[in-house]
Amino acid sequence: MPFVYLDHAADLAIRAWGSNIGEAFAEAALAMFSKMVRTDRVEPRIPRDYTLQADSLRGLLVAWLAALLVPKDLESLVFSRFDVDVRAIELGFELRGRALGETLDPERHEPSGEVKGITYLGLDVRKAAGVWYAEFVADV
Amino acid sequence: MGVALSILDHMERVGDVEWVLAPHDGMLVAGRIYADVESIGQLRGEAADPKGWSALRQLKNVASLPGIVAPALALPDVHPGYGFPIGGVGAFDLDSGVVVVGGVGFDINCGVRLLRTPLHRGDVAPDIDRIAADLYRAVPAGLGSKGALCLSTKEIDRVLREGAPYVVRLGNGIGSDLEYTEENGHVDGAEPDAVSALAKQRQFQQVGTLGSGNHYLEVQIVEEILEPKAARAFGLTATQVVVSVHTGSRALGHQIGQDSLREMASACEKYGIRIPDQEMVCAPVRSPEGQRYLAAVACGANCAFANRQAITHLVRTSLARSCGIAPETIQTVYDIGHNHVRIEAHEIGGVVRRLLVHRKGSTRAFGPGRSDVPPAYRQVGHPTLVGGTMGTASYVMHGTSAGMGLAFGSGIHGAGRALSRNQAIKQFRSDAILSDLAAKGIRLLAHDQRGIAEEAPGAYKDVDSVVRAAVAAGINVPVARLRPLAVIKG
Repeated sequence: MPFVYLDHAADLAIRAWGSNIGEAFAEAALAMFSKMVRTDRVEPRIPRDYTLQADSLRGLLVAWLAALLVPKDLESLVFSRFDVDVRAIELGFELRGRALGETLDPERHEPSGEVKGITYLGLDVRKAAGVWYAEFVADV
Repeated sequence: MGVALSILDHMERVGDVEWVLAPHDGMLVAGRIYADVESIGQLRGEAADPKGWSALRQLKNVASLPGIVAPALALPDVHPGYGFPIGGVGAFDLDSGVVVVGGVGFDINCGVRLLRTPLHRGDVAPDIDRIAADLYRAVPAGLGSKGALCLSTKEIDRVLREGAPYVVRLGNGIGSDLEYTEENGHVDGAEPDAVSALAKQRQFQQVGTLGSGNHYLEVQIVEEILEPKAARAFGLTATQVVVSVHTGSRALGHQIGQDSLREMASACEKYGIRIPDQEMVCAPVRSPEGQRYLAAVACGANCAFANRQAITHLVRTSLARSCGIAPETIQTVYDIGHNHVRIEAHEIGGVVRRLLVHRKGSTRAFGPGRSDVPPAYRQVGHPTLVGGTMGTASYVMHGTSAGMGLAFGSGIHGAGRALSRNQAIKQFRSDAILSDLAAKGIRLLAHDQRGIAEEAPGAYKDVDSVVRAAVAAGINVPVARLRPLAVIKG
């Protein structure tokens, strides 16, 4: 599992990684949803597409994760699969991503807790020894 | 010598439960910590690990922000948050100071409302399963739950502008609910245009929902009266049945927080504010960005008051039905927020000044005599509501005159976490917690079965010792101890 939950007293701290930035961002999203639902039981049937820009990779990570939280309130959609591509643009970075999931079914998805937002605490996107890491703390 | 060591070198004990973090390394004022020796040990342990999250380093960061007028405070339930430590208080000058998103958080005006009933333990104990089941059905909770109030855009704007009074006008409450809600359930300065359309859309179905995580609804018994005069004023007697509702501004507040972080990060750069850490993004109080944030936070605060009001109505209707009592006999004792920023008048060095006071995981605790305390409570100070854990006591307390000077009239808000959620999951099992609670006569009805271990009583500090430290510090006085009979969690 290319993510771990770190110890934070009150909130949810996550370190995710992958062989490129997109993979690390996808794993970060999976880690976040795995806190809220049994993602192994969420069928990746309904797609939602995202194009996001930010002037830093950290800002892009927050924008991506925050955007994914919206459909649970608007459409009761939760996600379990993520495909992400990140590239440099003139004024920063652009993400093109697809999230796949389905309508929340409490019986099957066993919801647990709710991510309220993505904080700037410990926020980091970095490459080390050929691996991209995405770290963040979510308020739960 | 590393940062972690140097911060501990600047800690000095100045009283039984009072410690000072002397200004160093960019701090503009000192940090003051009211806590017992055990909590201080925990703070020291966190700070000694340079890679760990440290409430002490967060307190130091607060004390380093422009325009802070007095020591940054940590109350006895302090633990690491993001931005401010939880259990933190910071007061800023209106002209030279800043407003900090991390001083409020995502769950704007999250708080507790306490309802008293004419019932006593013997009236409900035989039927508690049925009563709790009815409440569980009546109050929407958990991920994806929808509230009974489905609002249009115009109605959402009225919730944001008007707060709890609007919900009462829709028929969801009684006049005295507002009289005994902080700020009468409505804070001034709310400007719905300062809130994004997305934030409003996320809220359409969430007014009157409890949420999840550490939010709860508890049927409690007044186990012991600790201060009879105040208890009389608050209408509390031994063995009385009361209900606590802990929730906040839901998705609206969450989105305001998320939108504001990004806007404040830009503002920090625009105004050249040197912040000690990215989590402390802020804007000058007087700047357009700061004013816009305050207008949005006021909307979030009103939404939280409205939410607790809507839930009060659901609780009142359910309890009246299942216990055969008149709805209006279920009355609000008080409703108080513990994540907010407000403009308040405080005396500093003999001069009364208007200040911007952030309270993150701490409440107001205004002492006797203040005009903003309801007349019926003015001789003792307004109630403060201290949430325990699922298996332990909660407390009703009140503020003190001394606390106005010591802590800007602030109070503790809960036990405070001792273990991370991760650690709690490793140490506790949900089924064992359920049987422990059952052995104590406490029913737990949880929408979220997997999250029970995270909220295990053992994951929190001992609420009794947190209360003792607040009393020893002279900032809060305990009025009554409440014991849960039934706990409903999101």
